[in-house]
Amino acid sequence: MALVLTEEQSMLRDSARGLISDKAPVSHLRHLRDSKDPVGFSKEFWHSFAEMGFAGLLVPEEFGGSGLGYVEAGIVMEEIGRTLMPSPFLATSVVAASALNRGGNAAQKSEFLPKIASGSLLATLAIDEGAKHRPLQTSLQAVRAGNGFKLSGAKALVVDGHVADLLIVAARTAGSAGEREGLTLFLVDPKAKGIAIERTIMVDAHNAARIEFANVEVTADSVLGEIDQAAGLLDGVLDIGRGAVASEMVGLSDEVFGRTVEYLKSRKQFGKLIGEFQALQHRAAELYIDIEITRAAVMKALQALDADVAKAASSVAVAKARAGTTATRAVQEGVQMHGGMGMTDQFDIGFFMKRARVCEELFGDANYHTEQLARSRGY
Amino acid sequence: MSDTETADLETFRVEARGWLEANCPPEMRKPATSDADVFWGGRNAKFSSEPQRIWFERMRDKGWTVPDWPKEYGGGGLSAAEHKVLRAEMARIGARPPLSSFGIWMLGPALLKYGNEAQKKEHLPKIAAGEIRWCQGYSEPNAGSDLASLQTRAESDGDDFIITGQKIWTSYANYADWIFCLVRTDPTAKKHDGISFILFDMTSKGVSTKPILLISGYSPFCETFFDNVRVPKAHVVGTINRGWDVAKYLLQHERAMISGMGERGVGRPLGQIAADSVGPDGQGRLDDAMLRGQIACFDVDEAALAACAERAVDLAKAGQAHPAFSSAMKYYGTELNKRRYEILMAAGGVDALEWESERSKQGARPRAWLRTKANSIEGGTSEVMLGIVAKRILDLPGA
Repeated sequence: MALVLTEEQSMLRDSARGLISDKAPVSHLRHLRDSKDPVGFSKEFWHSFAEMGFAGLLVPEEFGGSGLGYVEAGIVMEEIGRTLMPSPFLATSVVAASALNRGGNAAQKSEFLPKIASGSLLATLAIDEGAKHRPLQTSLQAVRAGNGFKLSGAKALVVDGHVADLLIVAARTAGSAGEREGLTLFLVDPKAKGIAIERTIMVDAHNAARIEFANVEVTADSVLGEIDQAAGLLDGVLDIGRGAVASEMVGLSDEVFGRTVEYLKSRKQFGKLIGEFQALQHRAAELYIDIEITRAAVMKALQALDADVAKAASSVAVAKARAGTTATRAVQEGVQMHGGMGMTDQFDIGFFMKRARVCEELFGDANYHTEQLARSRGY
Repeated sequence: MSDTETADLETFRVEARGWLEANCPPEMRKPATSDADVFWGGRNAKFSSEPQRIWFERMRDKGWTVPDWPKEYGGGGLSAAEHKVLRAEMARIGARPPLSSFGIWMLGPALLKYGNEAQKKEHLPKIAAGEIRWCQGYSEPNAGSDLASLQTRAESDGDDFIITGQKIWTSYANYADWIFCLVRTDPTAKKHDGISFILFDMTSKGVSTKPILLISGYSPFCETFFDNVRVPKAHVVGTINRGWDVAKYLLQHERAMISGMGERGVGRPLGQIAADSVGPDGQGRLDDAMLRGQIACFDVDEAALAACAERAVDLAKAGQAHPAFSSAMKYYGTELNKRRYEILMAAGGVDALEWESERSKQGARPRAWLRTKANSIEGGTSEVMLGIVAKRILDLPGA
């Protein structure tokens, strides 16, 4: 398959870009942050997003969605990255929808997927526990109790965890931290007894929470996928999330770069446009090349996910690793080349730097994915 | 792509696979390890082995030394999509290119775009058949990165030009049969406007070459001298004094070729090569954590560049490519290849330092390492490439 967008995909990009840049430019995020908005995103805008079919983009048509693929999800994420719009799209429409669609039984799918597609249900995956993304280190305990289970432990960096209507919780039903065997996913109502949710105000002013589980009772019906065997399902769902975040980082990098190049063409010092200085020209050119290479790697990974999620791991590792280093470079050069202005809160560029740092940690940073590639290649 | 086209492409894939399986000798299905493994063609060409001869002749007869050139000029007449399939099928079995040639990589595309019918008919079939080996007369002692300041003179004399001057870094000029050369035909014009692109036989009276010994101990480049060489004006490609257009177009192809150097995805992975000499730790990982990290970072970047190279071809096919993008690829590809060899040298340790021995294949690795240092100089330095990207793609001021 050619590594260029089809006509339909270009149209999707144009409509996503039009909607997002019009309704949710960076000033939208700034307003949510400054007003300490308790929700952290615009519910009204999420409903228009759903009406346009974006909320159910990955949901199969039989459940009321658009039944599109990961390349299309990546296109929307890239546009989100351009304006840093806080949105349930990643947690609900990409990660949770994929988990339910790939791991759910018929009853679970028909209960939750139509609600995701209509924009009426927010869901999220609760996976990380420590400071770094280590899925196999999951140690939140799920102990059998009667016909069901009791969950105890804590989760961190649960995206949209403070507003979600459904938590998909990775827990350990057997084995010990570090092992692939013994992981199970549970569908949990955040209002259940024993759950304490603390919204964490993050550096990027996006939405996340820490969630504690103290003997939370769930029924056997709430198991998503196979008991003890969630590692395979998680691999796929996380890779889908990684592809999406990598796309967001491509959009973010491209936007920061575009703004920076414009600044080089307008700012004068020493009687010259600073873009005339070769030292800056070469750094800008290197960054451009880095972004284009990363863009191709991310497209490749999204196409690999569309072809077969189970075989996409190394393409995804390359994409997420590259996206992390490229976005980090883009925002640092962005701030540096904007000089003192880049350091001010009044200027938007700092928002990009903050979001890039969070995207880098989400679902594994560049070091994590580079390490995964080395292991998969056996050295 | 329509269903019929997809089906036709699948038929082509099956046929190509069957033909390659039947016709590519097993010896030609592994990477070249020395210069002798590469066949360059030309009047004085010799095959280093029987399988090399068989493979070349079979591919030549099929038109697949230049699969996407028109059949009338000795090519295979394949579409861009079929060519991509053939490359994938050759890569699948590790088949070597049957013929390496500056005629194929550089002159051919320029002749197809700028040559007249007589020039195409005369030169393209001989390139396709490996009969004539070409070299490139571009750089001069005082015209390196600033190529357009070249001074080799071509003075009008009736139907001929009389050419006098010196070229440098002429790759394999001492083995070449013909040269494609930039000469100054109007010394009064602005520097980009007085240049012509001309072809002539290296056996012409007044042409001499002198190999340059490089840090690798080899001499892939020459100094090339022209002392009143008489060349018919009919050998100018394109318009007289508009040779810079041809030169730039050809450079895009040269840069694409150089960015592809460094055997991407062919042969054994770096991690395994390093394991041979460094060995594993207790957990089966490379017993040098820092080197392992460098290799892993390299592998990430190499895989990403491969995706970008694939996308560049797809963009070109879709008519969405920026003409200067080959400069971006050239920059990254050559810097990456230098990184590969720094890693190979570190991985090889003391064993990679031997310069003359059977054991080291006459210092193959350190010589190749030193050779890669030219990658970011030849065909336009990395700094020139970044300047082109800044100016032509990013549209930055000045420069």
